[in-house]
Amino acid sequence: MKEVYFYATCLVDLFFPDAGMAGIELLEAAGVRVIFPQGQTCCGQPAFNCGYWEEAREVARTQVALFPKDIPVILPSGSCAGMMKNHYPELFHGQADEAQVRAFSSRVFELTQFLVNELDVKLTDLGEPVKVTWHSSCHAVRDLGLVGEPKQLIAQLANVELAPLTREHECCGFGGTFSVRQPEISGAMSCDKAADAEATGASVVLSTDGGCLLNVNGTLEAKKSPLRVQHIAEFLWERTRAR
Amino acid sequence: MHADTEIKFRDSAAKALLDPQLRANFRRAMDGLIFKRKAQFPNPRDLEDLRDLSTAIRSRSLLNLPALLEQFETQATKNGIQVHWAETCDQANELILGILRSKGAKTLVKGKSMVSEEMHLNAFLEEHGIEALESDLGEYIIQLDGETPSHIIMPAIHKNKNQIARQFSQKIKDAKYTEDVDELTAMARKVLRQKFLDADAGLSGVNFAVAETGTLCLVENEGNGRMSTHVPPIHIAVMGLEKVVATLEDVAPLYAILTRSATGQAVSTYFNLITAPRGAGEKDGPQEMHLVILDNGRSRIYADPQLQATLRCIRCGACMNHCPVYTRVGGHAYEAVYPGPIGKILTPQTEGVGVRHDLIHGSSLCGACGEVCPVKIPIPEILVRLRREATHEDVGSQVNGKGTGRTATEDWAWRLWALANKRPALYRVITWFATRFGNALPAGAPLIKDWTRTRTKPVPARRSLSERVRAKGVPHV
Amino acid sequence: MSDARTAILGRLRASGQTGPLPDLDTAVLERKQWPATERAALLRKGMEAVHTEFLEATPADWPAVVRACCDREGFKNLLFGPTSEAGSALAAAWAPGGTHLMPYDRPVEAFKDELFTGVDAGFTGTVGGIAETGGLLLMPGPAEPRLMSLVPPIHIALLRSSTIQDTFWSAVKHLGWGRALPPNALLISGPSKTADIEQTLAYGVHGPKRLIVVLVDDLY
Repeated sequence: MKEVYFYATCLVDLFFPDAGMAGIELLEAAGVRVIFPQGQTCCGQPAFNCGYWEEAREVARTQVALFPKDIPVILPSGSCAGMMKNHYPELFHGQADEAQVRAFSSRVFELTQFLVNELDVKLTDLGEPVKVTWHSSCHAVRDLGLVGEPKQLIAQLANVELAPLTREHECCGFGGTFSVRQPEISGAMSCDKAADAEATGASVVLSTDGGCLLNVNGTLEAKKSPLRVQHIAEFLWERTRAR
Repeated sequence: MHADTEIKFRDSAAKALLDPQLRANFRRAMDGLIFKRKAQFPNPRDLEDLRDLSTAIRSRSLLNLPALLEQFETQATKNGIQVHWAETCDQANELILGILRSKGAKTLVKGKSMVSEEMHLNAFLEEHGIEALESDLGEYIIQLDGETPSHIIMPAIHKNKNQIARQFSQKIKDAKYTEDVDELTAMARKVLRQKFLDADAGLSGVNFAVAETGTLCLVENEGNGRMSTHVPPIHIAVMGLEKVVATLEDVAPLYAILTRSATGQAVSTYFNLITAPRGAGEKDGPQEMHLVILDNGRSRIYADPQLQATLRCIRCGACMNHCPVYTRVGGHAYEAVYPGPIGKILTPQTEGVGVRHDLIHGSSLCGACGEVCPVKIPIPEILVRLRREATHEDVGSQVNGKGTGRTATEDWAWRLWALANKRPALYRVITWFATRFGNALPAGAPLIKDWTRTRTKPVPARRSLSERVRAKGVPHV
Repeated sequence: MSDARTAILGRLRASGQTGPLPDLDTAVLERKQWPATERAALLRKGMEAVHTEFLEATPADWPAVVRACCDREGFKNLLFGPTSEAGSALAAAWAPGGTHLMPYDRPVEAFKDELFTGVDAGFTGTVGGIAETGGLLLMPGPAEPRLMSLVPPIHIALLRSSTIQDTFWSAVKHLGWGRALPPNALLISGPSKTADIEQTLAYGVHGPKRLIVVLVDDLY
């Protein structure tokens, strides 16, 4: 039986455990054994992006140590997967354990890319007809080239109609510490994203990243909009699990 | 040591966000530019190949920079161009003033030049009794109002035609009020043609300088660049020292990607290759040509292998056109000569990373800029590097103002963050409390207060995923 | 200021950045090729999109086409370079009366005001064209001064189909401009234009308001 590690990411662990559970269930439903190391915390991206590289490295080191087996590490987040896959090698450049970290990075996958490209999952839609829209997370697109996979999964669902955003690839304004260091600009971007989503007429917005979820949902709620962003894993699991 | 003169991008951006007209002007303009650029690259392979080639050309030029500059100087001198070097903007200004005074020149007509903006040349010359008149229509419009460019390619993009109509009717002699763009353009033509005719000297920037032939290349649509460089008896060009490339063949792909990336044009109206002043038997063209090569911090940027990529820039402006921050706040909010993403990495390096710490953080690191950059400058990576430089004094770093953005508060915050995140047991205690009592955090708490300006307070789930995993019996180690 | 020069070059050298130079793969430029017979149409499409006007002519009748255009437009004069190849051919065929053929045969200082206010149109030859994007290549010089294609409100340019190259890159190679450039060389793709007011295109901002290309089909 195929085995993988699951790395929840701090945002999913704390704010979106349903999405994390759904990710695990989707993998298990595809016949994969999922291992969840309990020592996991944060990938270190916030400190890395702010220039606090020693602190980021200390944390990253403890994380890498949690995944000793040579099996894939699956993340329900494009941003954190991008950090672990692409930025860990930069962060550990010239360090004694660089080779070990690089080996780890090469095993990192974002969930939907793993489902499509490695597992070739086939989904059967059991839900009612619904219209959704898709917000692509910046780091998923630009660090991982994640463009087609989530849409391929959505396209497998017979009763789901995908209505595109006007600015699908524009940042929602989260940006980690950006959201609190530059709250005015961040807020303006979030409000525009929320308005774009509302204008699609979709009843749910799907995305891969906890940061975007937290940000756009908070904005939609503040606007008293009934619309919500849902993690794609949770949506896929809800639509396909036998009740 | 913390830079006490820090310029707060946050404050000026917040002000700009409150101006709905400004936001509408930028959004409309940027949407148009994004659309037009996209239409120029129907084949993704062509785009990527052209970006790769352009990046390689610029990288090669920089690797050979000292030799190319010398080759260029030798060749240009042979052609009859007088080449001058300036370490600082002050030196460059003095050089130009000296040239003008030696000829008794009282008026200077200018083609578009961002380097001259960098030098604040107009103000300097005015102080010394020389009229410096902008002739690019956009530059002319903002000069009438005493403003600075809000975009490096389209300097007056923050204004709409009603604003320009009002301005022309008030500031141009005998002008009537009209919102017709053709009529407004004709008014400027009339004024500026006379200025070209009367000017004692002309000034231009340089898009590319060719080492092999000693040629200056100028890209433009209006013809004011040609007027400024060919009608007055003296032509003075100013350029940053990074502009030189080896051959004219190298220029061709850079020119092809420049106009497409900038304004979504396959080609500009004019591409002017100036190699020499008026030669034997020629009946027009400047009798004298000067070129001022400006450093102004560039050689310092050059010294760092990663930051050197900043100097690959060909000033197309695509990064700002695609930037979600620039689109919303416009160019003036940056309080810098070069706004947008390129300005966010260039300005802190020339002015100091501590003074411009807030600007370095004025990005969500979304990566839209790096994605469209024709010479693949890794702007997000450089921003992260500059955030590092602002808060640390790494050995070997030559970055201007390194470490001067550091604060004890931020140091402590990251130390505590690391402490919690590298000790799983401690982390679990924190998440346990957060899931049980996270909702009890007051809305006025630091960070939460900023977050909740436009959003509801984030509420942790009732149980963390790791707890749920344990409860459900997912294999956990 | 040689101090500044020494200091700047010294700093650049001191940083000692060498390393292997990246390869230049020009395949993307080489791919852009069209049969000679298709280039004129492509050039025309590109230039018409930015308001360039075209007149068709043959190697024999182009002077008559230029003349007819001047008569039709009612130009009182047409500035030309009497010693240039195109200019002398035009003059040789020019019948008296109507539009006055005005030679650009003295230094600009002698008639700057007249050039700016008293000339209806300027006529120049070209040394080539660019098929891919549209565009004319000009080499101003003693025979065809630089301002002829810039200052008069209308620019008439003679272009022979056989001189049209695929791309600017291939033209640079073909014309040998890389090795030795004339004092001034120029690409022109249309009349002067601006979009500085609200992104609205307006023509004739500083340079010619109209560009008329007399396209000579000399491929057969």
